[in-house]
Amino acid sequence: MGEIIQVGMADYKLARPPDKLITAGLGSCIGICLLDPVSRIACMSHIMLPCSQDDKKSGNPGKYADTAIVAAIAAMKLMGANTGHLVAKIAGGAQMFHFSGSNDFFKIGERNALAVENNLEKNKINLLSKDIGGHVGRTIIFDPATGNLSIRTIKEGEKVI
Amino acid sequence: MNILKEQFDRISQLQLDVLREVANIGAGNAATALAAMINSEIKISLPQAKIMPFTDVPDFMGGAETHAVGIYFHVKGPVQASVLLVMPIEKAVQLLKMILGTGDISLTGSFSDLEYSALMELGNILSSSYLNALALFTELVFKPSPPALAIDMVGAILNTILGQYGEVSDMVLVMEAGFRKDNLDVVGNIFLLPEPATLDNIFTSLGVMV
Repeated sequence: MGEIIQVGMADYKLARPPDKLITAGLGSCIGICLLDPVSRIACMSHIMLPCSQDDKKSGNPGKYADTAIVAAIAAMKLMGANTGHLVAKIAGGAQMFHFSGSNDFFKIGERNALAVENNLEKNKINLLSKDIGGHVGRTIIFDPATGNLSIRTIKEGEKVI
Repeated sequence: MNILKEQFDRISQLQLDVLREVANIGAGNAATALAAMINSEIKISLPQAKIMPFTDVPDFMGGAETHAVGIYFHVKGPVQASVLLVMPIEKAVQLLKMILGTGDISLTGSFSDLEYSALMELGNILSSSYLNALALFTELVFKPSPPALAIDMVGAILNTILGQYGEVSDMVLVMEAGFRKDNLDVVGNIFLLPEPATLDNIFTSLGVMV
């Protein structure tokens, strides 16, 4: 039995079989799972915001969709992955609050999802599947051995993408 | 490292003690309001004022996967802050039964419109009595937004709120106070997260400027 490696908010972690990666309580944040199908080296990031240009100072790369993907690729390469043919699965980007009137602040999930997809494309990563949006919190577990992404929610049960 | 990190480093123990006292007064006020609403004695736990990395906040609020009701207010004015009321789902249901006098309410988070309104009203009363005490004490104006409600994992509820702090800093200042019924039973916690840029306004009005 491998370990289950915890990925915190604004963080990213690497794993290879038999270890798995988990991040708990994704709301408007997005969990990005990258996998090299040959070496089975994987990376999970838990991003909070769409774009590092919004940063008021030099922050940590794991916080933003654009910088997290670049940092994850570099880290996977360092571990020996062939980053030329990475595949991705993503989940999160929900709108958690019921709020009267429209408020852009609460649409951060949508903006995160858009930024993640754009940046995957920019880095020529093939997006295999996604579970994005809605109004539910998600806990996700990625298994590099199978490439399965399990998604656990309180309101909508469990599924695998 | 960065300006805001230094700003947080400069905050002294004395300043945190003063904030803790402010949190105490606010929570006392809110507890009185809650006690009147459910006709039961409410005690507050020892309030806290802490500076922590924002990644530690979900654990501080009970764990990322804990099923809870979160009622959120965005405070504007000279002090910009987030106020979040977090109640474990079972406690929220208990409170609803006491307020509405209704029978079975499901735990799945599929509340009726009436129950949603009651929760938001509960949040309104608690947060405004909390902020009123702070306003009297600091002589500052706090303008809370209407309530926003989420019923889900604590971590997921927090994402959106912490996102706005993430843009300016890796650290947040969190003021916390817990409400207890019959001495033991935790009913919920109220959290106040001032935006880093407005901390100076709070400290100046409290007379504990660096």
